[in-house]
Amino acid sequence: MTISAGGVCEPGTTKNNKTGGWRNYKPVFLYDKCIKCKLCELLCPDEAIDPREDGFFEYNYDYCKGCGVCANECPVSAIEMVLEEK
Amino acid sequence: MKESLFCSGHSGCPGCCDAMISKFVLRGIGENCIVSTPTGCLEVMTTPYPDSSWNVPWIHSLFENAGAVASGIESAWKAMNKDDDTKFVVIAGDGGTVDIGMRSISGAFERGHDITYICMDNEAYMNTGVQRSGATPYDASTTTSPAGKESFGNELPKKNMPEIMAAHGSPYVATASLAYPKDLMKKAKKAADIEGPTYIHAHAPCTTGWGFDTSKTVEVGKLAVQTALWPMYEMENGEITQVRKVKNPKPVEEYLKLQRRFKHLFTKEGGDEEIKKIQETANFNIKHFGLQ
Repeated sequence: MTISAGGVCEPGTTKNNKTGGWRNYKPVFLYDKCIKCKLCELLCPDEAIDPREDGFFEYNYDYCKGCGVCANECPVSAIEMVLEEK
Repeated sequence: MKESLFCSGHSGCPGCCDAMISKFVLRGIGENCIVSTPTGCLEVMTTPYPDSSWNVPWIHSLFENAGAVASGIESAWKAMNKDDDTKFVVIAGDGGTVDIGMRSISGAFERGHDITYICMDNEAYMNTGVQRSGATPYDASTTTSPAGKESFGNELPKKNMPEIMAAHGSPYVATASLAYPKDLMKKAKKAADIEGPTYIHAHAPCTTGWGFDTSKTVEVGKLAVQTALWPMYEMENGEITQVRKVKNPKPVEEYLKLQRRFKHLFTKEGGDEEIKKIQETANFNIKHFGLQ
């Protein structure tokens, strides 16, 4: 690998690094409980929650590390953490 | 997949406080900014060469000179007569701010550069293995202030950095917390829009260094505010102008007991007396900042 002058990186390229493999517990939306408050999307430290056209959200499991902040903060307990099985 | 200014794939721990604060700051300020970051977790986890998590211009300074680097970028931009609304932002940890970067941030604020400095305060050097910093609170156990037979952990109180920056004559100084993201976003935008050197000191509960479950980053942050150990206020030209009220402050134990770094206060003889001293700090904050 050669290092460019000044060590310049292309923007937004850590997307090559699929951090989803770190996960022990997987968050799952219970859509019948979700009130679309968007809090989970706002808090996610890994930007792993994407909006859907219908106003609900979905996980991007390529990057979700399973920290559980979303499930812990959800005001209506609409996110369940499920043990990951590989 | 959505496009974010602070993107996925960084190697921060699950539930990382730095990732959350950086995301909120960029959502608040928007894409028209240039970010400098000194050495620390944020630098290491977002820019493993040749990759970067940043979708805004970003530069790594040395540990000690983020203030000077941001000053230089701002001055060069103005010398080039770039007549636009670009914001110059530093996002730094507490070690790079209150200890190692102190001289450099002091110089930048004294010279009055139009920069916004965000300190993410996780109260120790987390990147190198939880060593004590000037921002480590009283009685916290770190690897260089370990609690044990002879000690309750860190013996000194936390350095009052917001007050120090306000004393530089900064037009806007605020404290914030990752547990109140909308408030943090609003303060970041306000700080960036105000001309001159502005400073935000943001509380950043660190799952790895403080020892709590990765899902509790926000919960711990909220408890710090609700126990009055982390007062949230804004200062304009040295005067406190806004305070976030805490109606019924919770006892400090509720904040302390969730964290491994304070575990000894509940198991060691004499811990009760130490908790009382920490409660006094909270009581002082309630009175001093008029939190009720």
